Amino acid sequence: MNPITLAAEELNPLVPHPVEIVLSLVVFGLLLFAVKKFVVPNFEKTFAERTSAIEGGLEAAETKQAEADAKLAELTRQLSEARHEAARIREEAREQGATIVAEMREQANTEAARIVEHAHAQIEAERQQAVTSLRAEVGTLATSLAGRIVGESLDDEARQSRVVERFLADIEAQSSAGNGAR
Amino acid sequence: MSFALSSRTLAAAPSAEEGFTPPGPGDFNLPPVGPSDTFEFLGQTMYLGVTKPMIQLVLAAVLVFWFFYAAAKKRSMVPGKLQYAGEGAYGFIRNSVGRDIIGSQDFMRFVPYLVTLFFFILVNNIFATVPFIQFPTFSRAGMVYGLAGLSWVIYNYVGIRKHGFGGYMKLQTVPAGIKGPMLLLLVPLEFFSNLVVRPITLALRLFANMLAGHLLLILFALGGEYLLLHGATLVKPVGLLAWVLFVAIAFLELLVQFLQAYVFTLLNAMYISGALADEH
Repeated sequence: MNPITLAAEELNPLVPHPVEIVLSLVVFGLLLFAVKKFVVPNFEKTFAERTSAIEGGLEAAETKQAEADAKLAELTRQLSEARHEAARIREEAREQGATIVAEMREQANTEAARIVEHAHAQIEAERQQAVTSLRAEVGTLATSLAGRIVGESLDDEARQSRVVERFLADIEAQSSAGNGAR
Repeated sequence: MSFALSSRTLAAAPSAEEGFTPPGPGDFNLPPVGPSDTFEFLGQTMYLGVTKPMIQLVLAAVLVFWFFYAAAKKRSMVPGKLQYAGEGAYGFIRNSVGRDIIGSQDFMRFVPYLVTLFFFILVNNIFATVPFIQFPTFSRAGMVYGLAGLSWVIYNYVGIRKHGFGGYMKLQTVPAGIKGPMLLLLVPLEFFSNLVVRPITLALRLFANMLAGHLLLILFALGGEYLLLHGATLVKPVGLLAWVLFVAIAFLELLVQFLQAYVFTLLNAMYISGALADEH
């Protein structure tokens, strides 16, 4: 017990134990070496890998986003093109339809005019024919009337008027018979 | 405290009738574990042999390395619990001490040193609270002198290597923007404070905090025990109060242990950053 109590009484805690100085330096040095060699590189590598993984992920996401944006723009463009195309076709069809209707109407008008003219011409021809035949008939009738008048004695007034009356009645009957036949 | 206290109480037991012997520096001079001898050094009788703080020192180094090696070796992108804890601990010193103080240009060189220093000191300090160990390794002056001396060598070395000897002396001793006779006064002062006192304050701060904290704990524990066993009936409750305070101070010590490790590392980083600085 004596060395302990003796040492305790004289001990100055500031005076170092020489072995402890050396030992602490050696132990610390070994630990420092081991940490530097086996711990720090691993941690730093992990940190770097993690950083690059995160950055890589972000970059990939950005690329994907850009791609999606481009695709969307392309689709929108195609859609608007298709809309334009459709509108253009509709417009064209409408124009074509209008043209066709106009043509048809013109054609119909022409046809109608043609038919009307044709009818006019026919009517004219028939009238002409009627006039011609009438004229011929009137001539014949006049001739036969003149013959009858000449043939009968014309002294008697009564007779004269009878003859004329008969003649006119004949004409009437004849014309009404002709009309009924037509 | 088991070891310190048991040896202490054994030593104090025969003299118990004579009164209370307050704890002193002798309580920190633990006898060697194995065979022992003594030798004289600077007028002090010292034990020659393996002592408890020496074993603690080695144990702390092994624990620190084991923890970080296990945490770092998996290197998975999504860390597990152990790796997460290791990365957090490592990143704390790396970023908040290394990068923030030394600057992002040079700090990586010093990260291993700072990380090792902080966790080595921290574990050794926490030993003061760990049951069945309960002795702060750095209450032994010799342990601290080594580390403080090393830090002095490191910051001066990096400074001289960067600025050359003359440039470095000028950087550390001549304050910027001061001319004329004032320099006669300031240069010795700066020299003294930057190149002489730093390692001493560094060592004393850590050593004295650990010594004083542990001494306080011994005092409350032994004083409480003495009051309970040998005190008059009326003072016995005071012994209990002393033990309650012992627990409270033990928690305070935990904070001090962390803070001292942090301050030691932080000052190392600041000295290095000052030595590497281009201008004041």
